[in-house]
Amino acid sequence: MFKSAQLLSRSLPAAAAAVGALLLLTGCGAASVNQAGAAGSAKTDCGTVNVALNAWVGYTADAAVFDYLAKNKLGCTVVEKNLNEQISWQGFASGQVDVIMENWGHADLAKQYITDQHVAVDAGPTGNVGHIGWYVPPWMAAKYPDITNGKNLNKYANMFKTSESAGKGQLLDGDPAFVTNDEALVKNLNLNYKVVFAGSEAALIQSFRTAEANKTPLLGYFYDPQWFLSEVPLVKVSLPAWTPGCDSDPEKVACDYPVYNLNKVISTKLANSGSPAAKLIKAFKWTNADQNAVAKDIQGGMAPDAAAKKWVDAHASVVNGWLK
Amino acid sequence: MATLFRARPVLAAGPGTTAGNRRRISRRTALLLGAGALWLLGYLFLHGTGTLALPASELTDLHRSLNHFNSWIAENRAGNPVFMYVLTPLRGAVGSVAGFFMAVFAASPTGQVIPVMGWLGTVAVLTWVAFAVGNLRVALLTAVVFSFFGFQGLFVDAAYTFALVVTAVLLTLLAGIPLGVLAGISSRVQKVVTPVLDFMQTMPSFVYLAPLALVFLIGPASAVIATVIFAAPPVIRLTSHGIRSIPENTREASDSLGTTGWQRLRTLQLPMARRTIVMGINQSTMAALSMVTIAALIAAPGLGQVVVVALQSLDVGTAVNSGLGIVLMAIVLDRVTTAASQRAEPGARRSGRLSGRTRFIVLSAALILTLGLVQVSRTVMWAAVFPQNLNVGPAISGGVSAASDWLQTNLYFLTHSFQESVTIGILNPFQSLLTDTPFFVLAAAIAIAAFAVGGWKLAAVTSFCLAAIISLGLWNDTMVTLASSLLAIIVVMVLGVVFGVAMGRSSRIDQAMRPMLDAGQTMPAFVYLVPFLGLFGANRFTAIVAAIIYAAPVAIKITADGIAGISPTVVEAAVSSGSTPWQVISKVQLPMARKTLALAANQGLMYVLAMVVIGALVGAGGLGYDVVAGFVQSSVFGKGLAAGLAIVFLGILLDRITQAAAAAPVRKRIS
Repeated sequence: MFKSAQLLSRSLPAAAAAVGALLLLTGCGAASVNQAGAAGSAKTDCGTVNVALNAWVGYTADAAVFDYLAKNKLGCTVVEKNLNEQISWQGFASGQVDVIMENWGHADLAKQYITDQHVAVDAGPTGNVGHIGWYVPPWMAAKYPDITNGKNLNKYANMFKTSESAGKGQLLDGDPAFVTNDEALVKNLNLNYKVVFAGSEAALIQSFRTAEANKTPLLGYFYDPQWFLSEVPLVKVSLPAWTPGCDSDPEKVACDYPVYNLNKVISTKLANSGSPAAKLIKAFKWTNADQNAVAKDIQGGMAPDAAAKKWVDAHASVVNGWLK
Repeated sequence: MATLFRARPVLAAGPGTTAGNRRRISRRTALLLGAGALWLLGYLFLHGTGTLALPASELTDLHRSLNHFNSWIAENRAGNPVFMYVLTPLRGAVGSVAGFFMAVFAASPTGQVIPVMGWLGTVAVLTWVAFAVGNLRVALLTAVVFSFFGFQGLFVDAAYTFALVVTAVLLTLLAGIPLGVLAGISSRVQKVVTPVLDFMQTMPSFVYLAPLALVFLIGPASAVIATVIFAAPPVIRLTSHGIRSIPENTREASDSLGTTGWQRLRTLQLPMARRTIVMGINQSTMAALSMVTIAALIAAPGLGQVVVVALQSLDVGTAVNSGLGIVLMAIVLDRVTTAASQRAEPGARRSGRLSGRTRFIVLSAALILTLGLVQVSRTVMWAAVFPQNLNVGPAISGGVSAASDWLQTNLYFLTHSFQESVTIGILNPFQSLLTDTPFFVLAAAIAIAAFAVGGWKLAAVTSFCLAAIISLGLWNDTMVTLASSLLAIIVVMVLGVVFGVAMGRSSRIDQAMRPMLDAGQTMPAFVYLVPFLGLFGANRFTAIVAAIIYAAPVAIKITADGIAGISPTVVEAAVSSGSTPWQVISKVQLPMARKTLALAANQGLMYVLAMVVIGALVGAGGLGYDVVAGFVQSSVFGKGLAAGLAIVFLGILLDRITQAAAAAPVRKRIS
C-alpha cells in the first residue's frame, strides 16, 4: 500500500507536467473554438425562421428547398424542428413554429389556430396535389386488371383474408394522423371487408413493400405524393367519384376522398413581420414532379440541403420568380 | 399451481393450521372454478351480446367532453394565473437547467454548434466522474463507450441525450428523495403517494406527451418534465422502502439514546438506507433514458430523434446504429450507478484496495489531467468536434440494413405461416373468449376470482377498476388488449423460468446472457419493430413479440436472482441425497423461489402493459391504438385520454390480483 501511494504521489506532478505540456502545445491563450464558430451566423435582418419538419419525405423536400433558399439567398437563420403534424400547429400558438410547409386539410386545426386564435395564416397552395385513397400493389393490378374498380372488390374479398380480419377481406389503414372514412365507406358501399389498423405509416409502408416482394395480396389506405410510390408504384382503386358535399356526414360517406390542394401555413407573427422569408414562402409553388425529384434524391441518401441545391440550380427561373 | 399447494404443509406451523389451510384451499378452488364456469357458460349461451364494442372511429359523449381539454388550455395559456405564476416559471426554470447541460455537453440551444466542452473534454470529465463514484473498471467502460459514440458519428446526438438524462435525473432526485423520505417516515404520506406512483408508472407516456407539449410547449423543457414524471416513481418507492426496512430494534436503540426525529433521519435512517436509495437512483436513471428517447416525438433532441427520423423512411440500419448508442449509454449508466451503490454499501470502503488517502491523491491527479483535457477540447478543433473521417456509422448502418433485408426476403414464408397459425390457433379463440362474452358475465367472473384470491378488499378494488373501464366506454378494446397481454405474459414467464433457472444455476450463462437482456430492455422498440413488420406483418402477433422482447429480460433477471439466492446448503443437501438436476430444479429450486416467480410475473405483466401503446404502432389495435390516435389527432384526443386511463385501471387490477395471488398463502401463515 505504501509503495503504491508513493508511486501515486510521484505521478501527480508528472500528470500536471503532461497537462502543462499539452496546454503549451495547443496554445493556451489562443481564441476558443467557440468564438470562431459563433462568428459565422447572423448577417442580415431576416432573423430566425422556425420550420416544422413533418414526417414524410415529400414534406422534407419542400422544407429542404425553402430552407436552402432562405439560408443562402436571404441570409435567414433557419431552425428545423422535427415535429408531429398536430404538435406543429400547437407551435404557432406558442411562437415556436413559424412555418408548416405542406398541410393536408386539417380543417379542425385550421379552425382552432387560424379562425379562432388568429395565430396562423394560410400562405397559399404549394402547387402539390394530394390523393388519398385505397391502393393495391402493382403486381395485383397487373394480374387482376378489374380490381382497380371498387365495384369488384367484393369478388376478391376472400383473397384479402388475414388472421386479423375476422373472416372478411382486410383493408389495412395506416397512420392514425390522417382522417379516414374507411369504416363508414366499407359499411355504406356494402363491402365484405374489415378495416384493420396498422397503427403507423412505417407499418403500412412495410406491409406494402412485403406484399409486392412476395406477391401477396394487400389492399390498403395510402396517399400520393409519397416517396414510397417511387419505390413501389401502388395502383389506386377507384371508388364512386367525389362530389362536393358527398362526405359532409361522416357516418354516411359513400364516395372517394376529395383531391387535396396542399397548402402552406405560417404564423401570423412571421406574416406580419415583413421578413423576406414570409414573401418567399408565400410565393413558393411547384409541381408534384418537382417534389418527387427532390424527394427521390433525399430518399436515395442525398442530404436534403444537397438535393435542394441540385433542384434550385436546375430551375433557376422558377426560383428567381419566387425571390422577386 | 401444483407446486404451490404442495409446498404449503411444509410452511405451515402445525397440524391445526394445515387442516385449516386445506379447507380454505378447497373453498378458494371452488370459487375459482365457479368463476371459470360462469365465464364459459356466459360465453356459450350469450355469445356476442353485451360486448360493448365501439368502432375505432366512433366516440362516446365522455370522449367528446375530454376533447375540450386541448382547446381550454390553448385559450387559457395567456391569461390564467396558474399558467402565469406556476407553469410558465416552472417551464422557464426547467428549460434553463436543460439548456445549461446541453450547452456544456452538446451545443447551446441558440443554434451555436460547438458546445462549451468538446468531445474529448466530455469523455474525460465523465470518465473521471465514473471513477470517483464507481471504480476503475466502470471508468474505462465510460471512456470506451463515449468515444465509440464518436466513431458511430453520433457524438453530438448522444451528448444531447446525456444532457437531458442528467437534467431529468437531477430534478427527479431533487423532488423524489425528499418525497421518498417523507413516505418512508409517515404511513399516511405513503398511503397517499402509492396510488399516485402506480398511476404515473402505468399511464402510457403517449397520453400525456401531447398535453404536456401544450402546457409546457414543445422542446427540451417538456421532454424533461415528461421524463421526470416517468422516472420519479422508482426512486420514491425505493427510498421509502429503504427507510422502512431498517430493523425495528435498531431504530428503538437509537430512540432510547434520545435522538430527535431529524437526528434519527440524518444519523441512522439515511445512512442505513443509502444502498437502497442508490438502487432507486439506478432505476430512475434507466427509466429516464428510455423516456428521453420517446420524448423525441415532442422535439427533444438526441439519439431518439435519429431513431424516429430514420424510421420514417424505414431506414433500419441508421435506426439500429442509433439504438445501439442508446443501449451502450444505458449499460454505462447502469454499471456506473451499480458500482456507486456497491461503494455506498456499509463496509465497502474498508474492503476496497485503496486507502482513503491514496484514493484522494489518485482522484486529484486524475482531475488535473481531466481539466487539462477539457482545456484542450476548448481550443483545438479535433478535440472539440469528433473528426468526421473516423466515422464508421455508415458501415454499421449498411451492414444492418443488408442483414435485415436478407432476413425479410428469405424467412418471410416461414415466419408468416408461423404467425398465421399462432394467431388463428391460439390468439383468436382466446380473444373471442374475452371479447364475445357479455361484459357483465366476465366482470362478475373476474370479481369472484379476485374475491377467491384476496378477499373482500381485493374484490372491491377489482370491481372499481372494472366499473371504471366500462364507464370509460372502452370495455371491448380493453379486452382485446388484455387477450394479447395475457398471451405475452405466459410466454414471458416460460422464458423467465427456463432462462432464469439456467442463469441462476450457472454464473457463466449468467454472464453471457446479461448484455443481451440489457439490450432487450433498453433498445428502443421502434428500432426492431420495422424488421419484425417485414417478417410477421402488421398485426397483433408482431405486437406480442415486441412486448415479449421488452418484458422477458426483467422476468428472467428476477427469476435468476431468486434461484441464485436459494441457500446453497439446501441445494447441496438435495444433490447429496441423490436428486437428479431435474429433480433439484422442480422439487427444490422452483418451489423455494415461488415468491420470486410471482414477483417476476407481476413485473413482467407491468412491462407488457408498458408496451401496449408501442404495439399499437404495428397493428395491435385495442387501447393502444386509441392512445396513438389521440396523440396525433385532436378530434380523438379525448378517446386517447380515456384509453390511457383504461390502461391504468387494467394495470392496477392485474397488479393487485397478481400481488395477492403471490402473497396470500404466506400472509395467512403469519396471521
